Amino acid sequence: MSSPALSTRILALPPSIRARAFSALNRPQPNYPGHVPLTWLERGALAVGSAFGSLRDPYRHDLIASLGEATAKPYFVARLRRAMLENATGRRILRDKPRITSQTIRLEELRKMPENTVGRAYAAWLDREGVTPDTRDQVRYIDDPEEAYVMQRYRETHDFTHAITGLPVIIEGELAVKAFEFANTLLPMTALSLVAIVRLKPIERRRFFEIYLPWAVRNGIKAEEVVNVYWEEELETDVDVLRERLGIEKPPDLREIRKALRDQKKAEKAAREAQEIMGAARDV
Amino acid sequence: MALRMIARRLESKLQPMFSSASLLHSHATSFGFKEVREEDKSQMVGNVFTSVASTYDLMNDLMSAGLHRLWKDRLVSKLHPFPGMKHLDVAGGTGDVAFRILEDINSTRHRAMQDATEDYLHEETRMYICDINPNMLNVGKKRAIERGLGDNKALIWVEGDAESLKFEDNSMDGYTIAFGIRNVTHIEKVLAEAHRVLRRGGRFLCLELSHVDTPIFKELYDYYSFSVIPAMGELVAGDRESYQYLVESIRRFPAQEKFASMIADAGFQKVEYENLVGGVVAIHSGMKL
Repeated sequence: MSSPALSTRILALPPSIRARAFSALNRPQPNYPGHVPLTWLERGALAVGSAFGSLRDPYRHDLIASLGEATAKPYFVARLRRAMLENATGRRILRDKPRITSQTIRLEELRKMPENTVGRAYAAWLDREGVTPDTRDQVRYIDDPEEAYVMQRYRETHDFTHAITGLPVIIEGELAVKAFEFANTLLPMTALSLVAIVRLKPIERRRFFEIYLPWAVRNGIKAEEVVNVYWEEELETDVDVLRERLGIEKPPDLREIRKALRDQKKAEKAAREAQEIMGAARDV
Repeated sequence: MALRMIARRLESKLQPMFSSASLLHSHATSFGFKEVREEDKSQMVGNVFTSVASTYDLMNDLMSAGLHRLWKDRLVSKLHPFPGMKHLDVAGGTGDVAFRILEDINSTRHRAMQDATEDYLHEETRMYICDINPNMLNVGKKRAIERGLGDNKALIWVEGDAESLKFEDNSMDGYTIAFGIRNVTHIEKVLAEAHRVLRRGGRFLCLELSHVDTPIFKELYDYYSFSVIPAMGELVAGDRESYQYLVESIRRFPAQEKFASMIADAGFQKVEYENLVGGVVAIHSGMKL
């Protein structure tokens, strides 16, 4: 359907834009296994659809993943990759391209590590929250293979961020980690997922705005880029030492706070019921 | 909706089978646009349907904007079901076609024409719903209960392979296969089995997504198939690959005329096809005489 003039004009475009000038009917070949090239229109539709879908059903982690990929270009995932290239460890990660799956991370060995090491904290966190390293989806919608790896690495190291901050998988904890990640990586999806604040109960929301959001922003900005940490080499480092090196303070333990609050409420309720029984006994 | 007719006689079996053979072999080894081993295709298709079973009906409604209901209604009306018929619906997993046939037979239109003494015919009606995938059958059984047909003894759910049915020769008055023949490994075996189980005078009906040739509509349809449907599969069902397989397998399936000649080769007479929505869907029919 294109006249010679049109195709010549397309070829004259700079490579980054030319690569996008395809339609759904003549997609280019995939750049890596699992790659699905999308047009700008499809990318936008995927972003909008994933945003609404994941808000409706937060268990659709595949939609959260595709939202992240659809909104990472232009600029953001490229910026993250540049941040890795500017750091010596980041460059090594990009060269080695290590992956974190249940095959590459030996959980049984991690559990046996000394107290307070990163590896032990990671294994303990996985056990406490009941998750495994295999729950991360493959990147599909980012065209450049190296940028796709950066996104995959961010996704796979998300659990490590949880582990060294101690934040749990419940919505509150996830939102705190996402806020931290936005301040640290600038990926748009992390900021978009904060919309889930509407799903918090009022007391949780207050706690989030008073304690965890300020902690996340403060630490995300001042800390080093967490994506540059070569986790596989840091497994035996002491957690406090690593946190200090990165510039992250440990936030208040969320599960402890919630438990303390629950216990307090139970105690108050028991006291109230005891009073009612006493009152009823007196009336009789 | 144009009506085209091809009439074939059972005269000569000396038809050139070269092109048919290579086409059939390519169907047996194609999984959408991918090439796979013949032994693996059945398993791969099985995985697709296990994965889509729970959202199958919702996705059908979304992808066809509800039109699939009208297409199935048209299929059932072409069948002209009658009380007491033994009907086999193959690849009928979620039960759509079988429910429609049963409700058509039991509707007041039929009852009004019946003599009270002939009511025993209604008791003899049997709808056999055969599907190779147990997940799809389970969804169908649940839907039957929701529709109030849960304990209707006319509905019989059978797990089986369309390429080798467990039913006896000449036992069925009707045979339908809706949106199923595209997924089988060996089309000719399915057609041969259909011919075997049908009685004399029995009708074969196939509802399937088919080829569109109208110039501009074709481009729009292709765009819709390759861009919108996989995205819908991703967003609603969480499974882009299965819906990519779906649209690719439609393109790989033989076109209307070719499929009609395959039906005739299996021994059916009076083979016709009707295009719906410009060829997006085609209903092929044949009779065993």
